[in-house]
Amino acid sequence: MHELVSRLLEGDRRAAARIITLVENNGQEKEQLLSELFPHTGKAFVLGVTGSPGAGKSSLVDSLVTHYRQQSLTIGVIAVDPTSPFTGGAILGDRIRMQDHALDRGVFIRSMGTRGSLGGLARATKEAIKVLDAYGRDIILVETVGVGQSELDIMATADTTLVVLNPGTGDGIQTIKAGIMEIADIFVVNKCDRDGADKMAAEVESMLDLGHGQNPYWRPPVKKTSTIDGRGIPELVGAIIEHREFATASGDFAERRGQQLKAEVSEIVEDYLKKMLWSKVGANAEMAQLLKDASERKSDPYTIARRILEVF
Amino acid sequence: MEECKIRVLVAKPGLDGHDRGAKVIARALRDGGMEVIYTGLHQTPEQVVEAAIQEDVDVIGLSILSGAHMTIFPRVKQLLLENGADNIMLIGGGTMPEEDVQALILSGDAKALFTPGTSTEDIITWIRQSVYSGESA
Repeated sequence: MHELVSRLLEGDRRAAARIITLVENNGQEKEQLLSELFPHTGKAFVLGVTGSPGAGKSSLVDSLVTHYRQQSLTIGVIAVDPTSPFTGGAILGDRIRMQDHALDRGVFIRSMGTRGSLGGLARATKEAIKVLDAYGRDIILVETVGVGQSELDIMATADTTLVVLNPGTGDGIQTIKAGIMEIADIFVVNKCDRDGADKMAAEVESMLDLGHGQNPYWRPPVKKTSTIDGRGIPELVGAIIEHREFATASGDFAERRGQQLKAEVSEIVEDYLKKMLWSKVGANAEMAQLLKDASERKSDPYTIARRILEVF
Repeated sequence: MEECKIRVLVAKPGLDGHDRGAKVIARALRDGGMEVIYTGLHQTPEQVVEAAIQEDVDVIGLSILSGAHMTIFPRVKQLLLENGADNIMLIGGGTMPEEDVQALILSGDAKALFTPGTSTEDIITWIRQSVYSGESA
């Protein structure tokens, strides 16, 4: 067994941190590490938190962590912020809102840059979840980048997804648009200390009256919270528990995880195939010629693609 | 394909609330292609070190304008040692008298200190060189 894995299983937080780095950097040991960790995963409850920039996702995560810590549950937090498409750099600033937990060994917070991934999560977020899961965390909160309308990776990653909205951020038509409004297991109208929270909640409810989500038996509840005074947090936690119980009893939970696993395997296979194929194609003289022909408009991408599939 | 991205924790320990410098540096390092974990104001040395460990950073950059540098740098360094995390490079910036800068470098409590007037380009270059040479060693 990899030394880092045994250290992680003994509860060494530095090993956990190091493994996330290696996995994120796509290091040589990545596969071995993840294979060895896998048998120890699947126990943590993964809670996704998504919403637009400034909606209060980090503050909400902070409030939830405080609540869960009072129940002595151990927590992992993965907070994603965008990577610059120009320089590859990133400012990861979600910790600012979570400083109360900085010295609590029951809380492990990791910031990640998206590094080119466009679905609202980082490329290695799923892997980082596994690391914290094997590390023995009871609940893993995953905070997406501030999203627009269609960054939906979190849906395929979390057991329960919270979509965080704010008062006064759009009229009724926003709520019936496709995309992010469809992936919520629970809606949170955060900053409910501000005017318009009731109206926002009512608009979401009336959207839900028209039909909702993937499962006809789960109508996403709409919860109003304020992280300034903690209003609504216990009710939100209650709704999270209800969703978990519903999803477990209905088999939704198992089905979701099954689909996630399948998607993951196919992703890995595609990745391998791609690498294998392109290393062969790259070394092939005929392909180079065909590509040249295409750039001179003597051939076309479809013909070349068919030819590649025939040859390899 | 292995990719190594430099991760830097930028923190403001102590009580002064002047975070413009820290923000300028954070922004510059971002533009230099690094991942900057920005933890905000009023950090204790303990918070800084714990965050640096969880984030597995290569470098900690402390911004200190309060005059408390002679206390804070040794304390952070000591905590890094106690946690077996002294592979993390400790650097800083702010207003500090030249003799204090020399003393902190000499004692090993800081690896480099950048005082007002330093160009951000110099800091980026310094970090890149130090992190990459440290890895090959």
